[in-house]
Amino acid sequence: MRFKKVLCVLLTAAVMTGLAACSGGRQPSPAPADNSAGASAAADNTDGLIVVGFSQVGAESDWRTANTKSMQETFTADNGYKLIFDDAQQKQDNQITAIRNFIQQEVDYIVLAPIGETGWDTVLKEAKDAGIPVIIVDRMIDVSDDSLFTCWVGSDFRKEGDIAVAWMETALAGKEKVNIVHLQGTIGSSAQIGRSEGLEAGVSANSGWELIAQQTGEFTQAKGQEVMESILKQNSQIDLVYCENDNMAFGAIDAIEAAGKTAGINGDIVIISFDATHAGLAMTLEGKINYNVECNPLHGPRVEKLIQQLQAGQTPEKLAYVEETAFDAATITQADIDARAY
Amino acid sequence: MRIIPLQRKNLSDTTFLLLVTIGLFAAMYAAGMIIFTNQGFAKPQMFLNLFITNASLIVISCGLTVVMITGGIDISVGSVTALVCMVAAYMMEKQGASVYAAVSVSLGIGLAFGLAQGFLVSYLGIQPFIVTLAGMFFGRGMTAVISKEMISIKNEVFLAWANYKIDLPFGTTNKKGVFQHAYIYPTVIAALVILILVIILLKRTKFGRALYAIGGNQQSALMMGLNVRRTRFFAYVLSGFLAGLGGFLFCLNSAAGFVEQARGLEMDAVSSSVIGGTLLSGGVGNPIGTLFGVLIKGTISSLITTQGSLSSWWVRIALSALLCFFIVLQSVITSRKRKTKSGSSGP
Repeated sequence: MRFKKVLCVLLTAAVMTGLAACSGGRQPSPAPADNSAGASAAADNTDGLIVVGFSQVGAESDWRTANTKSMQETFTADNGYKLIFDDAQQKQDNQITAIRNFIQQEVDYIVLAPIGETGWDTVLKEAKDAGIPVIIVDRMIDVSDDSLFTCWVGSDFRKEGDIAVAWMETALAGKEKVNIVHLQGTIGSSAQIGRSEGLEAGVSANSGWELIAQQTGEFTQAKGQEVMESILKQNSQIDLVYCENDNMAFGAIDAIEAAGKTAGINGDIVIISFDATHAGLAMTLEGKINYNVECNPLHGPRVEKLIQQLQAGQTPEKLAYVEETAFDAATITQADIDARAY
Repeated sequence: MRIIPLQRKNLSDTTFLLLVTIGLFAAMYAAGMIIFTNQGFAKPQMFLNLFITNASLIVISCGLTVVMITGGIDISVGSVTALVCMVAAYMMEKQGASVYAAVSVSLGIGLAFGLAQGFLVSYLGIQPFIVTLAGMFFGRGMTAVISKEMISIKNEVFLAWANYKIDLPFGTTNKKGVFQHAYIYPTVIAALVILILVIILLKRTKFGRALYAIGGNQQSALMMGLNVRRTRFFAYVLSGFLAGLGGFLFCLNSAAGFVEQARGLEMDAVSSSVIGGTLLSGGVGNPIGTLFGVLIKGTISSLITTQGSLSSWWVRIALSALLCFFIVLQSVITSRKRKTKSGSSGP
């Protein structure tokens, strides 16, 4: 019995050493990647690297992955930055934890791609007290005091919705009755709110349009497919599916085809999608997505420009929208896709 | 006559598992302080952040530990948290209720869950996993029924509570040369008070002793004249109540009600309890261990965030490795306990 206890202690010791070794082994690995920035904080000052902490929502969609990649490619040691990246796996409390961590690491800038609009007051106040500027990207946040963040850069989602609705009005002009299925993004996100508002305004402005189903697919392909399958079972006549991102559109198209119907320009059901990712545009070229509204994910260079302005002591614009276009399956060419960086 | 040595045995097992957990936490944190010393890991605030971000988890895990000591489980706590946040947000924002009303309703919801689940488990004898699984679905479903949209809390009193920073008399100087006080929030104090109360309850009261006895061996607890059903019932009531309270603390940290909130929190609480030395089979467990279980989870995610280039999914992988380690350790202890038991009854 005593022997076993000794064994337990030995086992514990072994695991702890293993852990220590593991965490010890971690350090050298990032160092070469950072171009000898591995000497951490000491390097931040002497080498003049600007430390940026970036809290990303997750990797739920192609758009998000392109967004992350853009940041990682912009904030490199060669460009004079050290990026600390945190993937919050779709959980707000992870993002709050990450920001608190960035504050303790004394990063120079915090870049936050918020998962939802609310709940940021406390932690952003901590950042403000620590004197760290916070740049919000993509979705907007809703805080009691606007001075809690320095600036915001992202898309005008309501405008994106309006662009899609304008196309629908022209394309569906001859139809008397249009049954619309609405696959919403993660409820509460700015993209969902803006794009949903656009559609809802369109539905109330056009008497023939009817919203027969409205459900969230959480911006993922799997959920989009699952939701679309159940909607297809309940409704026989569907004319148009308004998917709030490409991944949900892929899921919806799979579900439609599995149900023996067709989607796209030559199909039974019109598909509207957003984001215009590479894969999304490929589907548009194929004709399966009728209209794809762009949501530009390449935020890295824009955020860098803002940081450069702040470094120079200037005050950048509080809100900056990005230019966005849309692609019609009838007019899109391979050249359009090749010309895009993502 | 046989009760006394059995009790003593339990306590020593608990102490042993507890020491392993604390040792592991100390080792991990020390490693972090050495490796990331230039990235703020050695700052006192980094340590306090573990408590700030995990205050609600500490409270919820304490409740779960109590249930697990009786040999049960409560996986509804994450959903109760989401429901509490949503109801509190809904009441304050849509109906203009006061913060005090929101707090009472939050605690009431937790209590109601505890009463219902406790009744089903102890008086109707249904498997706790199934009962609380139903509770979990119900809670999450009700949250979505109240509102599918995120409700942000803007109630002034609530925000004043949430943002009430308590500066501590020490701190560090940042690289711009400005002295920054270390701080905590009232949620941390609430969590620690609850922790101490649960420790006292488990170690110093008849009810606490009865919980251990039931978890250790239900049959002998019954023969000792303990009211097994009532004790188990109150264990679930306590867990439900603490989930309601923890839910409100969670709400103070995120200041919003949302369907997706606290998803998987119950599993974090279970893993914290197990890492903290609570036996899933019951009879062994210590809230102090649970606290360290929570801190270990927090430390792993801090280490990985500070490192900056590893995917944060490594947090889960590290946790799974730790869970495996603790389960093996526990099974070694349980098999040893069984051996001693049969040995002592032999002669």
